[in-house]
Amino acid sequence: MTTLDIIQIILFFALLIGLTPVLGNYMYKVFTGSKHFMMSAFGWLEKLTYKIIKVNPDEETNWKSYTFSLIMFNLVGFVFVFLIQLFQAQLPLNPANLPNVSWHSAFNTAVSFMSNTNWQGYAGETTLSYFVQMMGLTVQNFVSAATGIAVLIALIRGISRKTTDKLGNFWTDLTRSTLYVLLPLSILFAIVLTGQGVVQNFNSYETVQTIEGASQVLPMGPAASQIAIKQLGTNGGGFFNANSAHPFENPTPFSNFLEMLAILLIPAALTYTYGKMVGSTRQGWTIFTAMTILLIAGLSISLYAEYSANPVFGHLPLMEGKESRFGITNSVLWSTVTTAASNGSVNAMHDSLSPLAGLVAMLNIMLGEIIFGGVGAGLYGMVIFIILTVFIAGLMVGRSPEYLGKKIEAFEVQMAIIAILAPSFVILLFSAWASVTQAGLSSLNNAGPHGFSEILYAYSSAAGNNGSAFAGLNANTLFYNLTLGIGMLIGRFGVIIPVLAIAGNMAKKKVTPSSAGTFRTDNWLFIGLLISVILIVGGLTFFPALSLGPIIEHLIMNSGINF
Amino acid sequence: MSTKQNTGLFNKKLFFQAAKDSIAKLNPALLSKNPVIFIVAIGSVLTTIIVFTGIFTGSFSSFNLQIAIWLWFTVLFANFSEAIAEGRGKAQADSLRKNRTQTKARKLSGTVEISILATDLKKGDIVICETGDIIPSDGEVIEGIASVDEAAITGESAPVIRESGGDRSAVTGGTKVLSDRILIRITTEPGNTFIDRMIALVEGAKRQKTPNEIALSILLSGLSIIFLLAVVTLPAFFGYSLSASGLPMSQNLTIPVLIALLVCLIPTTIGGLLSAIGISGMDRLIQRNVIATSGRAVEAAGDVDVLLLDKTGTITLGNRMATDFIPSEGITVEELADAAQLSSLSDETPEGRSIVILAKEKFNIRGREVHQLNATFIPFTAQTRMSGVDYKSEDGKPHQIRKGSSQAIQSFILNNNGFYPQKIQETVTELARQGATPLVVAEDNRILGVIHLKDIVKGGIKQRFAELRKMGIRTVMITGDNPLTAAAIAAEAGVDDFMAEATPEDKLRRIREEQAKGHLVGMIGDGTNDAPALAQADIGIAMNSGTQAAREAGNMVDLDSNPTKLIEVVEVGKQLLMTRGALTTFSIANDVAKYFAIIPAIAITLYSGKNGIGPLSALNIMHLGSPQSAILSAVIFNAIIIILLVPLALKGVRYRPVSANTALIRNLLIFGLGGIIAPFIGIKLIDILINL
Repeated sequence: MTTLDIIQIILFFALLIGLTPVLGNYMYKVFTGSKHFMMSAFGWLEKLTYKIIKVNPDEETNWKSYTFSLIMFNLVGFVFVFLIQLFQAQLPLNPANLPNVSWHSAFNTAVSFMSNTNWQGYAGETTLSYFVQMMGLTVQNFVSAATGIAVLIALIRGISRKTTDKLGNFWTDLTRSTLYVLLPLSILFAIVLTGQGVVQNFNSYETVQTIEGASQVLPMGPAASQIAIKQLGTNGGGFFNANSAHPFENPTPFSNFLEMLAILLIPAALTYTYGKMVGSTRQGWTIFTAMTILLIAGLSISLYAEYSANPVFGHLPLMEGKESRFGITNSVLWSTVTTAASNGSVNAMHDSLSPLAGLVAMLNIMLGEIIFGGVGAGLYGMVIFIILTVFIAGLMVGRSPEYLGKKIEAFEVQMAIIAILAPSFVILLFSAWASVTQAGLSSLNNAGPHGFSEILYAYSSAAGNNGSAFAGLNANTLFYNLTLGIGMLIGRFGVIIPVLAIAGNMAKKKVTPSSAGTFRTDNWLFIGLLISVILIVGGLTFFPALSLGPIIEHLIMNSGINF
Repeated sequence: MSTKQNTGLFNKKLFFQAAKDSIAKLNPALLSKNPVIFIVAIGSVLTTIIVFTGIFTGSFSSFNLQIAIWLWFTVLFANFSEAIAEGRGKAQADSLRKNRTQTKARKLSGTVEISILATDLKKGDIVICETGDIIPSDGEVIEGIASVDEAAITGESAPVIRESGGDRSAVTGGTKVLSDRILIRITTEPGNTFIDRMIALVEGAKRQKTPNEIALSILLSGLSIIFLLAVVTLPAFFGYSLSASGLPMSQNLTIPVLIALLVCLIPTTIGGLLSAIGISGMDRLIQRNVIATSGRAVEAAGDVDVLLLDKTGTITLGNRMATDFIPSEGITVEELADAAQLSSLSDETPEGRSIVILAKEKFNIRGREVHQLNATFIPFTAQTRMSGVDYKSEDGKPHQIRKGSSQAIQSFILNNNGFYPQKIQETVTELARQGATPLVVAEDNRILGVIHLKDIVKGGIKQRFAELRKMGIRTVMITGDNPLTAAAIAAEAGVDDFMAEATPEDKLRRIREEQAKGHLVGMIGDGTNDAPALAQADIGIAMNSGTQAAREAGNMVDLDSNPTKLIEVVEVGKQLLMTRGALTTFSIANDVAKYFAIIPAIAITLYSGKNGIGPLSALNIMHLGSPQSAILSAVIFNAIIIILLVPLALKGVRYRPVSANTALIRNLLIFGLGGIIAPFIGIKLIDILINL
């Protein structure tokens, strides 16, 4: 590692910390309905939206109605994306004349983009028309992210309100997060990216002569607009198959830096919004700190693994699968950030990461995508772990556990357990299924523990709504399209529904004023406790599986064998 | 109830009874109430079946047998912890039962007295009790006054007075009338008397899981399911790895090994000890002579953050003490002290005695014999509101000394054609303002001066309140005194707030206000007028000496009728919750070490070279002897730790009045960090022993 590498990492975190309160405070204004400067730009559009969908923005609902609206909205989104893929050949904006998509691939992709996973079992430029990419995927990139934010905002209201059953209005939260947060940021970001050389057009694919005289097809399309939201909305679904390793998606080191920052921007800022809405920014910074520590720990392990001597290749750093334009530090920082944040976009092949760096990437996802995590989703997932931590450790101060004045009782614990169980269920059972059936094993391109890691990574990615892949696994098969699709659904709604139930139940409770006898959730001790619970409860479940994958691979590599 | 009896863990009789009970508790219907232990039991059965089929198919494995044995021990140890906790309660219940003899009741039917069995008494019946009678059931004295021996329930041998009307009218079935005759109206249905309920409670027969216990059980079951997932999917992953390393499928994990792994990972320690912790929490209250009507109440006690405390008895000694003599104009302080002492020589009230002592200490005036002075003592009555002496001086002239409230003395002096000086009135007002009680002394027709009587705050109570404050508990003093007096005492005692001139309605309103702000309120009371407040409070402790109404309204009864009990009850509640949290943390933290024992052991052959030792053996950081001994050691540790922690579960973790943060750090170091380290040491030691 060079000094420049280190300076870049420090700059990255400094900017992240600096932007968190700025954007966080803005989002606080957006979601509490206070006045903010974007209202003059998009206020008319917000009012128009409510008129069209016939919603009274001030009419608040209980958690059941909130959840019902959310599920109906997502269901409609899914059906739409599913259908336009099945009939894309008959639909406009298809200059490459791409054929209709198979039903299981369409199912997988529709679920994937609706659930903010953006797992891509297909190759973008050779499978989907511009119409599907824009009307289907880009729209879902926005609204799936907005859905995540809406769930989080409802949860915050549940925590901060008292003795009410009202959690807010799903349509209002959805509209506001799209119009005031995701859209302006994406427009700004897309412009900057175009300036850096990301393509944005409706041209047909171009055929060019290479220097060697061969001809090559260069894919075109409205990439910048989709890339902006794929990064900001922790979506990660690339416009091109190579994702952010593709020069048209990620042309320069500067675009690379910004695209990485964009991944964490909103999830990080939401911790500040959280703190502000529950009445103590310290609570928000506590969560931010816990997330940052986990992120830096993972990053350090990955960097160490990548830079340290590889006994197989001698003493060269591992460059296989990495863009020489970005180098190791930027590839590892990206791989850590994208898995921590449920983004899933890649600028290097995770399949080629050293076993330990691959382990970190996988563990980031398995822990439940809570290290910043998906927009909204990461923080509400983190709150689930906070609830567990408060419940386990809170008893040790001699009071029945409470978080921010709200008692944590049987119902909350039950829902929190379901939210943790749902993704674990997918990762473990589906991976087990895939590793004993021909349908699962035939897709493998690699032998030994690495092949197993590929399967484990795929289901983790689906369950965690991450969307990145270890590649090396041919996932565009009936078996994988279906199981991964179902996994994404369970991983998404198996968490959202319990979270909203917790929000609804907590809103009804009284608030106990804090005193010296209160278990504090805003100090270093709590950060330490939270991290321990995340690692022990969230991580130990996967330890046996991980030891048969990346851990054993790392140990074997050290003895000179590679897969 | 005798609380002094040996209920320790090492009481032989208890121990053997508990050992017997833990086998009886293998009944699946009982086991299924505890999901974590139920899983272990199923595992034990499966492993046992495999051992026996092994015998018949000729593939007997002594390793499997040892696993099976230790799994059974895990279940038995968990049962034992519950049995021994229940056993201690049963011992207490038995001693209670002895007092509930089959007494006959003298029921009054109209004006005729008939003899029926106590168990046939209905609510509303009226019975007669005379000297030597056992009171047949719970009730209220409606006529008469009697001294009653309540040792049966309180363990206190000194008799108490029970009389109709007022705040001391409740009597308890099973107690004995020592003198006089009373008429009692029965207030409970048969089988539901106080003693019946106490027996049921201490036996844990009607024990229901408390809210926090239910939540914790859900967490433990949830964790068990998560680990179950991790274990059932392992053979598939393992099979993949076997084929990838070119090993035969026959080497895949066996069911006993999987069960061993599962049992080590699920939180068996806390799962096994959970009910023992709950029962013993109740038990600790009973040892303090407090009966809670539900486990829920004990838990809520830990959450209480506002305490309403009666001034008298809790904060002050309940008696005022003389601290100063302030003479009237023209009178020396010695004269006043002398007269005051003389008037108090036969006054047996604490105030009177304190005057005698003050006079002796301050002016060295010795006590004299009243009858030598030919003096007659005039006791205090509600009508005169003063006391004093009539005596003849050496010249034979009769004199009257009186002490009492300024009003009473004023009318006394005016009757004697005396003069009540303005200066005295000012002193009286001033003393009242300071929170003291002024007692004016007069002789015949002149005022001698004022005795300064002061409320004495209990020693150490200020520190106690400071401790409570550290724990985040606010104290509110309740008193009938005027605001000035109340404020002065509140400041001296160091309470956070006070309510002066408090009526029962004020108390109720205050509790509601605090609850509306989200606080949990605890209070202790005795009178009928306390009943609404006791019912409203989150923790209402009724004094046993109080009325039946108060006892019904509260959710705890303090048999000692000691107002400071409230603080102890809060401590017991906190200790109960802490013990649960500490052992849960310990149990979960244990998993780290168990992984490092079992995973390398089961995966040692994977991707191995010729020597048969695969790369995962690098995780065997404890350097355990062999794969089999590693697994066995983990299982043995898992079983033994339950039995080792039984004393802690019964006694509760050490409780100290410190802030939440300090308590947390302390418990985390012991049970969190300790929970990670202990099994590393324990498993290694067991492994060494096995491989000897």
